[in-house]
Amino acid sequence: MGLGESYLSYPHRRYGMDHKWYEWSELHKRPQVSWPNGARVAVWVTVALEFFPLDQPAAPFKAPGGMVTPYPDLRHYTLRDYGNRVGVFRVFKVLDELGITPTVSFNSRVAERYPRLMDEVVGRDWEVMANGVDMGRLHHDGLSRDDEVALIDDSLSVLREASGQPVEGWWSPARSESSSTLELVAERGVRYVGDWYNDDMPYPITTAGGPLFSMPLSHELDDQTVQFQYKQSEAQFADQVEDAMRVLHKESSESGGRVLSVVIHPWMSGQPHRIAALAGALATVMGYEGAWSASGSEILDAFEASP
Amino acid sequence: MTDGQRADPRLYDYWPWEGRPKITWPNGARLAFWVAPNIEFYELHPEPNATRTAWPRPEPDVLSYSLRDYGNRAGTWRMMEVMDRYNVRGSVSLNVAVCDHHPELVDACVERDWEIFSHGIYNTRYCYGMDEAEERRIIEDAFETVERHTGQRIAGWLAPALTHTERTMDLLAEYGVLYTCDLFCDDQPQPVNVKSGRFISVPYSLEMNDIIVYNVNQQAPRRYAEMLKANFDQLYADGADSGTVMCIPLHPYAVGRPHRIEAFEEALEYITGHDDVWVTTGREIAEYYLDHYYDTAVASIAAANER
Repeated sequence: MGLGESYLSYPHRRYGMDHKWYEWSELHKRPQVSWPNGARVAVWVTVALEFFPLDQPAAPFKAPGGMVTPYPDLRHYTLRDYGNRVGVFRVFKVLDELGITPTVSFNSRVAERYPRLMDEVVGRDWEVMANGVDMGRLHHDGLSRDDEVALIDDSLSVLREASGQPVEGWWSPARSESSSTLELVAERGVRYVGDWYNDDMPYPITTAGGPLFSMPLSHELDDQTVQFQYKQSEAQFADQVEDAMRVLHKESSESGGRVLSVVIHPWMSGQPHRIAALAGALATVMGYEGAWSASGSEILDAFEASP
Repeated sequence: MTDGQRADPRLYDYWPWEGRPKITWPNGARLAFWVAPNIEFYELHPEPNATRTAWPRPEPDVLSYSLRDYGNRAGTWRMMEVMDRYNVRGSVSLNVAVCDHHPELVDACVERDWEIFSHGIYNTRYCYGMDEAEERRIIEDAFETVERHTGQRIAGWLAPALTHTERTMDLLAEYGVLYTCDLFCDDQPQPVNVKSGRFISVPYSLEMNDIIVYNVNQQAPRRYAEMLKANFDQLYADGADSGTVMCIPLHPYAVGRPHRIEAFEEALEYITGHDDVWVTTGREIAEYYLDHYYDTAVASIAAANER
């Protein structure tokens, strides 16, 4: 009595991937990419503005950073909200001082609850990226298609209206997708997604709703992953950002333009004891010859225009 | 199997470190050093196994899947460039379905004269619950697939996702596999008790495995470089008395990221900069040990257990 025939059958065992979203492709065999003005590394800084509801559902799982104690978990609710009240202004000040143009991802609830933050972003002419509705509403196959459409429409319509921008970038909360998410966002005018952490460069995705690009939004040069999930120090986070930049910059001399993605959560890096390490790392990054601070759409435009 | 056999299946006999016959590696080397990259394919929607769930999140687990897919798209190339620079050949723990999905990766290993050994079919197909006929089929599949794509006859085995049955070692020995990587109880090779033939364990190391360090213990890259160098220093010192083995097991999806690759390079530069280090492969260690030390080891173990 073993596992049965199906366990030793491999219906997708053939050349390429085991799904239809994108083609198998090796980074080092692709045409080299040229960035504008001879830039070598596109520095894609993403600031994540999140709302964690106090009644965050436990199913299908809790996004990292979510509620922990029995209801009401005021300690985690307020610690996350610290980012939107205080930390974000500290982070924006660092970016302003370094002349960095970030992309700012919003849960649509943040835009509704805190219009001041949208004013800060739009006033600086920074790009808004959609990050779903809030950190309690995840995309997964347990949702009906109608329910998922409602989440996506809520996110995109609120953010497009509040920002006056086309909002072409999508990041699913906690990088959790259903089998339909890519198709549904493509149908609604999204041009790139940041959920797939499998490349250093943009690459095309095919969906029944139209074409998309995957953008290399970092998961491990993300302050939440490194300092919250991995419990490493702010100095260790800064080291990794700097080490990645050194490697990518060196590579760019032989392999063409590269992307350095750094993801910042104001509830993490905006804390008083952490902000200096972030500022130091970003200053080091921007000190490289050919470091080009650019938004997600700018990087993708340049990628598509590259000969 | 009795309860006593379940508590200790007697895969090997106790053999105290002190008092063993002295090992000297080729050319008087005191440490045998090998690097074992795991080149893997994880299925997006694997066939379920009742004992172990493949993905931590509901399928499609885009984050976990894409994080691993990175190794094939980008990480392997970056890791290979570093190993080439220090003339270190890999001993590849291969999910053999990679021969079908991504033959370019296997070809790149063969071009470098790297050893290919088996890590099962996919890293999302577990041996838990297999009957003997099923387990024979995956072993035969591994031999056949690797031979067809590379011309090599596999000599080593690392169980797929480290999943075994109580008959795995006996079957591997029967099929002529020389060594297992699944026993972590020693710093030297050791005989394994099997029903037929001669079969040994070659030290592979969980502690120096990049996935254990980065994803399980969640350490920072510069810390990994320190750990690798400290591990080497002690084994090199011990090797003056009797030859030791150091292995660095790798996963290109972890070690091959820009923020981590220099930590590995630093360790390789350090280790290969020492005299009396035999930079080799799993197969070469196993063959040398079987030719020169297996019989004395068996006698020494018997003597140690006589009292």
